[in-house]
Amino acid sequence: MGVESITFYILSSILVGSAVLVVSLRNPVFCALALVLAFFTSAGIWILLEAEFLALTLILVYVGAVMVLFLFVVMMLDINLAVLREGFTRYLPFGLGVAIVLVAQLALIVGGPEQFGLEAMPKPEPHAADYSNTKEIGRVLYTVYLYPFELAAVILVVAIIAAITLTLRRRRKKQVMSVDDQVKVRRNDRVRLVKMASGNKDK
Amino acid sequence: MIEAIESALSFLPAGLVTLIIIVGKILVLVLPLMGAVAYLTLAERKVIGYMQVRIGPNRVGPRGLLQPIADAVKLMFKETIFPAKANRFLFISAPILTLAPALAAWAVVPFDDELVISDIDASLLYILAMTSLGVYGVIIAGWASNSKYAFLGALRSAAQIVSYEIAMGFALVGVLVAAGSLNLGAIVEAQRGGLGIINWYMIPLLPLFVVYFIAGVAETNRAPFDVAEGESEIVAGFHVEYSSMTFSIFFLAEYANMILIALLTAIMFLGGWLSPLNGVLPASLLEGEGFLALILGDGIHWLLAKTAFFLFLFLWFRATFPRYRYDQIMRLGWKIFIPITIVWLLVAAAMVVGKVGPWFN
Amino acid sequence: MPDLMPALPEIFLLTMACIILLADLFISDKNRVFTYLLSLATLAVTAALTVTLHTPEPVYTFDGLFVSDSMGDVLKVFVYLVTAVAFIYSRDYLLTRKIFQGEYFVLGLFAVLGMMVLISAHNMLTIYLGLELLSLALYAMVAFQRDSSDATEAAMKYFVLGALASGMLLYGMSLIYGITGTLDISAVHTAVAGLENSKQLVLGLGLVLVIVGMAFKLGAVPFHMWVPDVYHGAPTAVTLFISTAPKLAAFAMVMRLLVEGLGDLHDQWQDILIIMAVLSMAVGNVIAIAQANIKRMLAYSTISHVGFLLLGILAGTQAGYSASMFYAIVYALMGMGGFGMIILLSRAGFEADQLSDFKGLNERSPWFAFIMMILMFSMAGVPPTLGFYAKFSVLQAVVGSGLTWLAVVAVVFSIIGAFYYLRIIKLMYFDKAEDMQPLETTTDMKVVLSANGLGILLLGLAPGGLLALCTAAIG
Repeated sequence: MGVESITFYILSSILVGSAVLVVSLRNPVFCALALVLAFFTSAGIWILLEAEFLALTLILVYVGAVMVLFLFVVMMLDINLAVLREGFTRYLPFGLGVAIVLVAQLALIVGGPEQFGLEAMPKPEPHAADYSNTKEIGRVLYTVYLYPFELAAVILVVAIIAAITLTLRRRRKKQVMSVDDQVKVRRNDRVRLVKMASGNKDK
Repeated sequence: MIEAIESALSFLPAGLVTLIIIVGKILVLVLPLMGAVAYLTLAERKVIGYMQVRIGPNRVGPRGLLQPIADAVKLMFKETIFPAKANRFLFISAPILTLAPALAAWAVVPFDDELVISDIDASLLYILAMTSLGVYGVIIAGWASNSKYAFLGALRSAAQIVSYEIAMGFALVGVLVAAGSLNLGAIVEAQRGGLGIINWYMIPLLPLFVVYFIAGVAETNRAPFDVAEGESEIVAGFHVEYSSMTFSIFFLAEYANMILIALLTAIMFLGGWLSPLNGVLPASLLEGEGFLALILGDGIHWLLAKTAFFLFLFLWFRATFPRYRYDQIMRLGWKIFIPITIVWLLVAAAMVVGKVGPWFN
Repeated sequence: MPDLMPALPEIFLLTMACIILLADLFISDKNRVFTYLLSLATLAVTAALTVTLHTPEPVYTFDGLFVSDSMGDVLKVFVYLVTAVAFIYSRDYLLTRKIFQGEYFVLGLFAVLGMMVLISAHNMLTIYLGLELLSLALYAMVAFQRDSSDATEAAMKYFVLGALASGMLLYGMSLIYGITGTLDISAVHTAVAGLENSKQLVLGLGLVLVIVGMAFKLGAVPFHMWVPDVYHGAPTAVTLFISTAPKLAAFAMVMRLLVEGLGDLHDQWQDILIIMAVLSMAVGNVIAIAQANIKRMLAYSTISHVGFLLLGILAGTQAGYSASMFYAIVYALMGMGGFGMIILLSRAGFEADQLSDFKGLNERSPWFAFIMMILMFSMAGVPPTLGFYAKFSVLQAVVGSGLTWLAVVAVVFSIIGAFYYLRIIKLMYFDKAEDMQPLETTTDMKVVLSANGLGILLLGLAPGGLLALCTAAIG
């Protein structure tokens, strides 16, 4: 077992562990943090797969931006844990039953390692040292996959339109300062120097 | 030099030697960095002092030069206080989560064409990814402290950092469009040319340069974007409950990030270790082994000088500008910086495609 | 450089949607009608482009991610038509509720773009992206009336269940990708044909998950839970839109994935579809009887229609596919008219969504009572309306593929379903009106709604053309 597989097993066990924590921890803030850990370790696994561009983008986008906003929201919610736990024991047998059935079905259908094992998925050829994953992704993204790439952009535009439509409330009486006016203000608009005759002591 | 160490340690197993060398490299980087952080705090107090017509610290050691050491010792011996009902585990992890990415980012920073711990292909992305992690320390600190001031500071900081990261990222995309590489060393080399300063990206990418540096100031929560601390409103923001070593780790991380931002600005827009005298002086003076060539030619000292200049700007800003109001920060980030960077990204791409000289031909 | 010509309608629509979005910013509330007219004009031009660019042979572009064929073009033209009519019907509704905003039309156009992408998709990636584009626009439209808690709740349910369905679909697609090694529909077809037996089971799991995802989107039992709540909660103008045009796109999605991609697994998916079709017809028709709210009633009726739609597909013959396509188009036309009538009866502060609101419509407006009668007869499948021929051709196809018992079941449930359609006719003609307010609406709506109803009657008298069009499109 080389360094690579040791690293893989360490990372994947952390990944599985943190994924379990995401759904099992009670405090939503911890759940979100466990999810961050899960993203981080999966980025590590992607780096093992020589997909460094995707791995770093995963950290940058999901860990650096999406999860920050997620935490932001979760922290502001005042979640009553007792209420959340109320239905847990009641629904536990049902949930467990469904889970067992699902796992059994999956095991039955997928049928273990002969479908997805190392033999079924042979190891791809390692790339040459000057292979740049980033360049390759860029190349196919703007040629073969141009259409879905543009569609993804359209979906994001629609998301922006939807979010703004649903949240923007124009108040009737605006009490907001106009920043432009503030910046444009000149000394003469605010201060007036008045020349006055000095008082005469003789009078 | 590394080969010499390797041969000296050849009696040890090969894996151990690699490990020792890696650890050694890290120490060689981190120890001077910590020293730089310590003396940056002194420089800050002195610079701001002189700008406010004061003298600044001058009691400990000659001209106050031992002040940082006294501060460090003082911080170490103070008591670490845990607020009641604070979440202890997260409370302690927060400063670590701030410092770790701040230091990890340095792994790929090149100091000249060879001096770099890890010369990876996508080092620019790596740095962006690492710096984007720093915000977790701030948020977790704010939340785990169980204090409303800390929490307010954390929320402000989270929103601010996420907003400015976009502008910062776009500015860097402009750089990589110009250089055609994600590797920091390659970016510096792409700025080499016969015209010295003119060849640096700060000329063709001037708006991105300005946006990047300002966004960098905001990313590090420095004045005038220090609403996360906001002493006058929320006492000290996210680290109000921290004391002693836990506090000083936040401090270390903030200053390490400042140095990193200054260094990256120098690398990406000011030609890194390239000498500004390229093309001004005859090439015979700049190359070779002589003392003059060592001083005037390319080298790490130019990079450090450029970094020092940007660090001075950080301090200058703090002494000069009043703090931004929160909505003004958001407006600046979203409505001004992001549009500017997007527009200039297109301009940069057009310049590259059009092979506009002297940068892209 | 890919050939952009086949995708010109999509490109034009996208450009116009962006232009309208920007132009709307500079249009004052008084002149908002320009946005509306511009949207209608866009749809008209897009339709003209689709028709002129039509070629009898399928054209592939964007490296096989996009296909333009007869089935797609026919469905697209009907999508434009249905959307345009939906816009016309909604105008007055939106105005009286003070939500006549440009974003409604922009989101509608983006939804149309999503449907076009979905209809023209020839790769699982584009199927998914088209579906998401469509769904995202629809979620926002359902929540469009922000101060209505019903609408917000409906949008929330729609969003959560829709996301779940997308997840299922993606999971299924990724299993199919894992087994066949490709996302391209034709390549999947080839790969499935040559697949060794040991991998059939994983493929089966992928197939099941894909069907679950599609059934969610179609609203087939047992994945129909969102339909009544969303149809009920959404503003009627939006209900009108989501209950009609997206069904055409969903039909295309089923055709692309199940028939073109996984056609060789027909034996496997036929059984699943039979169960879903029978359940849909049973649940839809029986529960609709118990509804007092007409929007909910029509929602359950939609579920039963989806059951019929599936019948044609599961027959697995060319005749079945074209009958199913015919059914989808006819359903879209009928649904449009049905919800249009609710809009016609409603006014500011009064939604007219109770069955009792239709009482005595004959006294208030004999003409529209007549139109509603045609629509209800057509939905129930009474000859000589168009709905009859739709049901008839589907049943013919089902019998043709040897599933006579299924056809008998379908007829039985249709007869049960006729009860609640006919009840509305009874309410309109034999009950006393509780509310004698005259119907007030714009002329264009009156004209289009009349044309909608009469069209169903007239096309029902001569259904050959539309039927032939569908047969030609599938063949």
